[in-house]
Amino acid sequence: MDKSFRLQRFTQYGIFLAFALICIALALSTPRFFTIPNLMIIGTQVSINALLAFGVTFVIITGGIDLSLGSMVAVAGVTAAMFAHPDTYPLLVPLFAGLAAGVFFGAFNGFVITKSKVPPFIVTLGTMTIGRGLALILSKGRPISNLSDSFNFIGGGNVFGIPFPIIILIIAFMVCSVILNKTVLGRYMYAVGGNEPAARASGINVTNVKMWVYTLCGLLSAVGGILLTSRITTGQPNAGAGFELDAIAAAIIGGTSTSGGTGTMTGTLIGALLIGVISNSLDLLNVTSYYQQVVMGIIIIGAVVLDSMGKKDR
Amino acid sequence: MGTILKVSNLSKSFSGVKALDNIHFELKRGEVHALMGENGAGKSTFMKILIGLLAPDSGEIIFEGQELRNSNVGDTLRRGISMIHQEILIIPELTVAQNIFLGREKEISGRKRWASGWLNDISSDKKAANLLQEMGVNIDPKAKMKYLSVAQMQMVEIAKAISNEAKVIIMDEPTSAISDKEVETLFKIIKDLKTKGVSVIYISHKMDEIFEISDTITVLRDGKYIATQSASELDKQSLISMMVGREIDHMFPESNSEKGELALSVRALSKKGQFSDINFEVHAGEILGFAGLMGAGRTEIARVIFGLDKQDSGEIRIKNKSVINKTPRQAIENGIGYVSEDRKGLGFIPGMSVKDNTTLASMSHHRKGIFINKSGEEASTTKMIADLRIKTAGMDQKVTYLSGGNQQKVVIGKVLLASPEIIILDEPTRGVDVGAKFEIYKLIRSLADKGIAIIMISSELPEILGMSDRILVLSKGKQTAILTSEEATQELIMKYAVA
Repeated sequence: MDKSFRLQRFTQYGIFLAFALICIALALSTPRFFTIPNLMIIGTQVSINALLAFGVTFVIITGGIDLSLGSMVAVAGVTAAMFAHPDTYPLLVPLFAGLAAGVFFGAFNGFVITKSKVPPFIVTLGTMTIGRGLALILSKGRPISNLSDSFNFIGGGNVFGIPFPIIILIIAFMVCSVILNKTVLGRYMYAVGGNEPAARASGINVTNVKMWVYTLCGLLSAVGGILLTSRITTGQPNAGAGFELDAIAAAIIGGTSTSGGTGTMTGTLIGALLIGVISNSLDLLNVTSYYQQVVMGIIIIGAVVLDSMGKKDR
Repeated sequence: MGTILKVSNLSKSFSGVKALDNIHFELKRGEVHALMGENGAGKSTFMKILIGLLAPDSGEIIFEGQELRNSNVGDTLRRGISMIHQEILIIPELTVAQNIFLGREKEISGRKRWASGWLNDISSDKKAANLLQEMGVNIDPKAKMKYLSVAQMQMVEIAKAISNEAKVIIMDEPTSAISDKEVETLFKIIKDLKTKGVSVIYISHKMDEIFEISDTITVLRDGKYIATQSASELDKQSLISMMVGREIDHMFPESNSEKGELALSVRALSKKGQFSDINFEVHAGEILGFAGLMGAGRTEIARVIFGLDKQDSGEIRIKNKSVINKTPRQAIENGIGYVSEDRKGLGFIPGMSVKDNTTLASMSHHRKGIFINKSGEEASTTKMIADLRIKTAGMDQKVTYLSGGNQQKVVIGKVLLASPEIIILDEPTRGVDVGAKFEIYKLIRSLADKGIAIIMISSELPEILGMSDRILVLSKGKQTAILTSEEATQELIMKYAVA
């Protein structure tokens, strides 16, 4: 095949390669890295960001963006916490309430974006602030603590020695991959992001597709919000601030193009893992968090440079 | 006439595949030199090397007695080689004058060197106005670029090249998106340029134009140099056979389809500012040609029938049942397929594979519940690749990497898989090379033979005449005639098109 095709293949797998190399280097430089307990810690730390990143990957593939992820985390977390006090409601009620809050919020994003034709960046910038306000209103500005043990198990418990958040992460990854690769909806997401007028002219209901992606993004953010609330055993109205940027970074490092039409869940998962592994290892290597941020920024730009090299020379 | 540019033994490969193989080319001062060849013949690679966008592997380019080597676009521009790209490169929010002098603001500011960073709009507007006036075009230098027509933008690009003191101007398909009248203006400007000693390298697929405007013709085929001849020594037939390497005698397939039942009828269709009182019928197995000049309203009518735009009044009937297509989705469900003139914009999704594009409009036939029916999808694509003879490395190849003709076939395949009874083809052979054109003609005729009603919009009169069973002529949004294929001639169609 021609050169651009090979380069494309390289960038597709380049992120895997980079991730593998970094892991090997870390395993060699610090013996504590490649131990089961440390890997479990990384997995747990990564899980919330990965969930949000899956959601935003759907959105970015259609050519959109969602900046309200962090606020949705807070709204869903606070909503769930309100119903999660011991001896009040059965466990399903806070879970359902939290997820419903996320779904509603995401659908609202989709509705405004498709009806108003205002760019998603602006709409979700607005709903980001609205969401933060809602979380503060719902919680009356105070953390909601005293949550039931069963609720706290979601973020803190183990099943067969595996932290529960990791199990949720794996399930979410599989479901999202199937949606993207095997369903008609997934195909339409790529089509809408790749060329929206052509997608419409092919008979695709573009409004529907967009409603779906923002709603899915809300749902996944809500799962993240419930996990976080359960892990810190409090519904924090200020939780999740800035999470959207980490999630978008994971998607971009994983090869999702902000111009839409490309991206994979596997890439995003690796992106999230890469971010997690690097901050974990810099901790292990006693690098201060100031330097960690610099390193993370370089990685984001590096990943996109690698990606754009593959697109040159078409 | 002396030689201004001489290219010898120029070669360029892309990872082992020869895109240019020992090309020779000699351009004289003040001549219009047409560069001909099918898509993929190497014309664009050659031009990219000339303007310094690509570096050749070997060979030599002598420009005004000096060898051009390791030059970039800036160098060649300064030396006097300008290119008018097919997709015009302008900044829509800037004015005409600002676009013309973009990058040279300091030179034309007329200020002392230390103050030249301070913009001088008065001087640049005046210079632009003079320039445009000299060319004999009426464009306001203070107008924002985005309000100009494509033809006007092209004129601005030419003005930019002239202001750069270009000695060689390369024009890549300059007439692909402008009307016949505007082509006249363009040709007048080209003739003016010639008298001033400027040479033009002219790339186009339109034969009539080539013979009208060019002095010399060079033909490339599969990256190889074939021949250079004076335009007066050549005729269409011999030029085509040089380009494709074989004779094409019967360009258009015979019409032998039976006219079947009424498929589509349109009554008093109107849309304000675009077209009014359009009435026609198409029957199964019939090809109805839509002729007219650019801006006559042909595409606009197609867009309304396909649900991309809304009509103001009038009725669309499919098989004698009144329908309203609010979206393309409804139009597709009602049995209409549309192959757009804007292949890149509306036709396909560049980043998706041949398979994903081909089945995109017919996912309802290729699904099991919410899931994609992978084997069904592959079977349909395989069939389309075979039926339409799509040249691709495989069904997973991205459509961007296909040639124009094969991209067009993918779009046609997509439309066909949705099993339409009526297909609207809008400029189906635009930007498609001669060999592939012939195949697309055969394909269109075979669709009609299968009982599909076809509306074919085309700006190429020979194509309209050769393919259509009946021809509807439009002029400025009004229907001026419906002609049978027996009575129609180029002259008659033109008469109604300018009526």
